[in-house]
Amino acid sequence: MSEAYSSEEFLISVITRLLPERGNGAIGAASPIPGAAALLQRELTGGAFRVSLIHGITNNPFTDGGRELFDAAGQGRIDVFFLGGVQIDGQANLNLVGTGAYPSLDRRFPGSFGSAYMYFTVPRVILFRPEHSRRVFVDKVDFISAPGISPPDVHRPGGPHALVTELCVMSFDRAQGRFRLESVHPGHSVEEVRDNTGFDFDVPDSVPITPEPEPERLDILRAKIGREVAGTYPDFAERVLGYRAKASA
Amino acid sequence: MTIPDVDALAEQVPDGALLALPPDYSFVPMALIRALIRRGVKDLHVLAVPISGMAADLLIGAGCVRLMEAAAVSLGEAGLAPSFTRAVQDGSLKMRDSTCPAIHTALQASEKGVPFMPLGGIIGSDIVKYRDDWKVVDDPMGAGNGKILLLPAIKPDVALVHAPLADKYGNVWVGKRHELFTIAHAAKTTLATYEEIHDGDLTADPVLAAGTIPAMYISATAQVREGAKPLGLAGCYPIDMDHIRAYAKEARSQEGFDAYLKREVLGRQAEAAS
Repeated sequence: MSEAYSSEEFLISVITRLLPERGNGAIGAASPIPGAAALLQRELTGGAFRVSLIHGITNNPFTDGGRELFDAAGQGRIDVFFLGGVQIDGQANLNLVGTGAYPSLDRRFPGSFGSAYMYFTVPRVILFRPEHSRRVFVDKVDFISAPGISPPDVHRPGGPHALVTELCVMSFDRAQGRFRLESVHPGHSVEEVRDNTGFDFDVPDSVPITPEPEPERLDILRAKIGREVAGTYPDFAERVLGYRAKASA
Repeated sequence: MTIPDVDALAEQVPDGALLALPPDYSFVPMALIRALIRRGVKDLHVLAVPISGMAADLLIGAGCVRLMEAAAVSLGEAGLAPSFTRAVQDGSLKMRDSTCPAIHTALQASEKGVPFMPLGGIIGSDIVKYRDDWKVVDDPMGAGNGKILLLPAIKPDVALVHAPLADKYGNVWVGKRHELFTIAHAAKTTLATYEEIHDGDLTADPVLAAGTIPAMYISATAQVREGAKPLGLAGCYPIDMDHIRAYAKEARSQEGFDAYLKREVLGRQAEAAS
């Protein structure tokens, strides 16, 4: 990978390409890379793509408390959301609770947050988990915080759209319940993706290389987005985007 | 009722209470949490609305919690909540896993005084499997949406909030943090600490009234300046991330937690009004 950009900047550019030209994107807890990507897309679309950092003090337009995001999503007003997981399996089941046998678990993680709801209600859920390993991408998750697919008698307008890792981009076919490799990041290979993935997925005959960040977008990211994410992710704004907030009261 | 200081306010939380806490980004009365620990409160059923961090972790580490109910417990950018993680893994804490909108919705049922509320999604999550109190039913209205989840109302015994402003009538201003409205409406009683006294009636000013929890929901208030620290209070002071990060590291062992507790909680003089 070229030295002209950081791995975080690369991932921001990958996610930005997965976002629509308009609509509402919401960003949950501890998601600075998706947050920066969404704010960059807002900048690139002249504000047609709207962004809410739901735990943020800035860039958080909600005014009716924590429930408003979920109420809006339930009506179909939220177009894009991001989720991750301690484990993700080949059917796009997400585990945010922990590994081992529930409830005591071997390793406990924070919990499911709003995943069990947002995964059902938001049409374009982008899964983001930088660590690409067999520890994360397992055959079967130990705990289903949110299922990847649902039977026909469960109303489900939303679900997984794509998966972004440090190695590749995959899409998800909801009818088949399977991931498909879409591109491999520069410097990595299909074999490396296979070796580090604990589930089976579809691979087309020819797998493209994920494009590098567009220089003009990098300029916008560095010049404008650090300030925008600093209110929510001050550490990230400083470390990755070189923006240091002035000390406030 | 105006209470002279935060330790006296903490006396109003009985042992065994179902205690509702706001999330770390939303006006958490940390001074009151510390006072609860000093008073030796025990057997709490803590409800995070819908997530918690420092507040729940301190109560758990200090042995005050019998049951934790939350969509997540985490220190955010500072990482895992150390006492919570340790207590679940060693089996000493019972965790009732939930998901954010389920907690909001169950509180909304209490706001309306109805016994349950439906919520979309969630079916197929293992959370449902471990919640004997939740029910999946066929849509009783026949609206064509298939199965739906029913959640029993949650009625907290006590809700705790910290506010930038309160007035002498017992009204409390929390701005746009409307999850605090939900908590206060749903709970049997709400205790509030606040930074500054507002000269006048908060409900009489249409701008301030929109962000005000009326006194009818609030049973007692106490003035505590910097009462959310080390967490932040939007518009007043930012979160002290250095403190949170240092806590995350120190409290990784029970010994480290005990040292923090002794220094930052038990060793403090009563965090009285100025």
